[in-house]
Amino acid sequence: MRWEFIWPNYVIFAESLVKYFHTVPDGRYTAENKPFNIKKMTDYIKIRKGLDIPLNGSPEARVLRDVVSHTVEVKPTDFRNLIPKLLVKEGDKVLAGTPVFADKMRPEVLFASPVSGTVSAIVRGEKRKLLAVRIDADPERQNKITEIPELASLDASQVKALMLAGGLWPCIQQRPYGIIANPADTPKNIFISGFNTNPLAADYDFSLKDDFDSIQKGVDVLNKLLPGGVHFSLNASTQSSSPFHKLERVIFHTFDGPHPAGNVGVQINHIAPVNKGEAVWCVDLALVAVIGRFFEKGIYDTTRLVAVGGPCAKTPGYVKCVPGMAMKDIADLACQDSEKAHKELDVRYISGSVLTGRNVGADGSLGFADTQVTFLSEGNYHEAFGWAKPFRAKHSVSHAYFSWLCPKKRYNMDTNLNGGPRAFVATSEYQKVFPMDIYPVELLKACLAGDIDKMEALGIYEVVEEDFALCEYICPSKIDIQSIITAGIAVMLKEMA
Amino acid sequence: MNKITDIKWLHSTVDAFDSFLRVPNTVTARGSHVRDCNDLKRIMIVVVVALIPAALFGMYNVGYQHFRFLGETAGFWQMFWFGFLKVLPLFIVSYAAGLGIEFASAQIRGHEVNEGYLVSGFLIPLIVPVDVPLWVLAIAVVFAVIIGKEIFGGTGMNIWNPALLCRAFLFFAYPSKMSGDKVWVAGLSQVDGISGATPLAHAAACEPLGFTDWEMFSGLIPGAVGETSVIAILIGAVILLWTGVASWKTMFSIVLGGLCMGLIFNAAGAEGSYAATVPAWEHLIMGGFMFGTVFMATDPVTSAQTETGKWIYGFLIGAFTIIIRVASAGYPEGMMLAILLMNTFAPLIDYCVVSRNIKKRLNRIPSNK
Repeated sequence: MRWEFIWPNYVIFAESLVKYFHTVPDGRYTAENKPFNIKKMTDYIKIRKGLDIPLNGSPEARVLRDVVSHTVEVKPTDFRNLIPKLLVKEGDKVLAGTPVFADKMRPEVLFASPVSGTVSAIVRGEKRKLLAVRIDADPERQNKITEIPELASLDASQVKALMLAGGLWPCIQQRPYGIIANPADTPKNIFISGFNTNPLAADYDFSLKDDFDSIQKGVDVLNKLLPGGVHFSLNASTQSSSPFHKLERVIFHTFDGPHPAGNVGVQINHIAPVNKGEAVWCVDLALVAVIGRFFEKGIYDTTRLVAVGGPCAKTPGYVKCVPGMAMKDIADLACQDSEKAHKELDVRYISGSVLTGRNVGADGSLGFADTQVTFLSEGNYHEAFGWAKPFRAKHSVSHAYFSWLCPKKRYNMDTNLNGGPRAFVATSEYQKVFPMDIYPVELLKACLAGDIDKMEALGIYEVVEEDFALCEYICPSKIDIQSIITAGIAVMLKEMA
Repeated sequence: MNKITDIKWLHSTVDAFDSFLRVPNTVTARGSHVRDCNDLKRIMIVVVVALIPAALFGMYNVGYQHFRFLGETAGFWQMFWFGFLKVLPLFIVSYAAGLGIEFASAQIRGHEVNEGYLVSGFLIPLIVPVDVPLWVLAIAVVFAVIIGKEIFGGTGMNIWNPALLCRAFLFFAYPSKMSGDKVWVAGLSQVDGISGATPLAHAAACEPLGFTDWEMFSGLIPGAVGETSVIAILIGAVILLWTGVASWKTMFSIVLGGLCMGLIFNAAGAEGSYAATVPAWEHLIMGGFMFGTVFMATDPVTSAQTETGKWIYGFLIGAFTIIIRVASAGYPEGMMLAILLMNTFAPLIDYCVVSRNIKKRLNRIPSNK
């Protein structure tokens, strides 16, 4: 055979090898630089670094009750950097969908009441900071009805105006910084994570399966804002059984691996990382359904299934409720006393997951975007010779303990810090649970120093607190890592805005 | 306990003992509500456990060398007991001086006492000659802890490995107490005309090493207390790697760097240097090479902190060690100086590695391409 005939085969073979190794294993290409056949097959990305925290009390797929709230709170503190401007006063009657406060910087961004009723209290904290608007709910919800024209006839600005007026704009979060998106912007991409890998998180395939049509509608609305730019991520292990693989007009990505594979920040970092001067938008899946319902029926309906779990949950499951629901309404689902010790148990009520949620207390309420509630016992006890015991009934990723010998075991964790605060020492541990192309310790130190140029160079635009939650969990120096990022973002917002 | 905790001005000290005996009852205030049960105390104690084989063997070897050079015979326990009594004062002085300063500086700053010195205090007796005068050791420890660590802000902030800094201080400030043949074997000052020289001293003096490979591997040679036995050190290495406390990348690349540089010298040869003709692999079992590789260079604070940086950092330590051993007349051992040198340059290595990440991020912006 002559040389010329063989040669092209080699070239084709080599090219296909290069493409294979270039695209499949780490999947680090940008949306602009997709491999040749990306439109046909979904884009598979393997996340190797991370950790699924083996916490006890995962919610079972059953609805425990339909919570009828007597008081509901709307909280400006659910949003970063928001200065609220109050629109109601005590005694005012509101409908579900009536705006109760607005963003002082952008008065067109409104925040609506999820229920109808009477404003019973304006809760203020230090320096009269507005903490919450408390509303006594009517037994039967009265909706504020908005006339919605046919979606196909609307353009982007009309969709924006409807969303702003309807109180839906706060559903859209922007990266960098994790703040409410600027309605004047056009984002580079819109990202929706179709699954949640947080410890004891709600299984969206169960909790949102009845909302499929609303979610499709919501996706269509987002497509109006950025045609063809809605990215949707599925979990590789449940991809085919998930109802959401049937969604249309989205760009699918499949993520495989432990937490934080479901975090939208990690997904953005692998699909099309945020650069300086760019903004991408992300919307939680439950909020996509809220947007969809608004455009279907013209009502502001935030009802969702919320996972209730944790070591102190009596019967882990789901409840149907609205954001702002008082924790008192589900307090009976938490174990109030320890059966063994016959004493009252200190329960921590967390709106959100154990990694990123907020400790709201028994008198608190569910956060705006939260889809889970976790009950933990407070770890305010001394453990004798804790660190010196060869075997210890607590979980550790480190092989310095032996919990790695029982990978299936789940733990009744509590809130004990398990040590005292120190400086950064075990500096290479953090990268093991941080699946982004960012050096975590270097970025954290730039935040501690308040060095804007360094923070920018090291990737502050690509992260929010939740991305560092696992670093904080494993940190042997017990550093409040998420607070460092909060402070870093606050400096950036102050200096760059 | 309540009465003791009333002593407010001593609260760091009280806290230190309290948290040594029991885990504090503090709960998470912000961020992640649950935390891994691993803490620095556990990490440090793992390193101490990994050092125990080397320490025990060192004690035995001190007795073994003593009786061997005196030409007397002695039983195992007799040799161990002799060595134990010789080495114990080193531990006591090291911990008393070092922890005293740690507690005092934590007290002054109002911090909790860091546990970093648990390891440093254990390392120091293992890397000094057994006959070092205790007052000299105390001064060196004080220097290392204050200048090497506390002025930078304590554990986690230091640039150089404190234990190595202590040895370097001894080495340069009291050369007469640190060099020569006799310091390496306990109790030799009573007898004259006997050489207790280490293999490296022989190599530097262009003499045959005087020890078989097995003796060097098992550790029955004169040398600093804990550095001689490669077997005991490897047991420690297994513990450190198994628990993930030390980086295998650093260890592996140091060995690689040492072997490469040794082979280069073997091939090229050096005029008048016997050390250049020692087979490359024999360098690995001589002197403090293995001890430095496993316990000193892997310190997560002073080593390179990026994964790529660890390869460069380790390789250069191995290479510099052999260069110093072979090419410098004054220093038969190069491990200490190589590690301290690379400790100094580790931030630079990290800077270069991180700069690549920064550049990559800038290149993503289309207008910067």
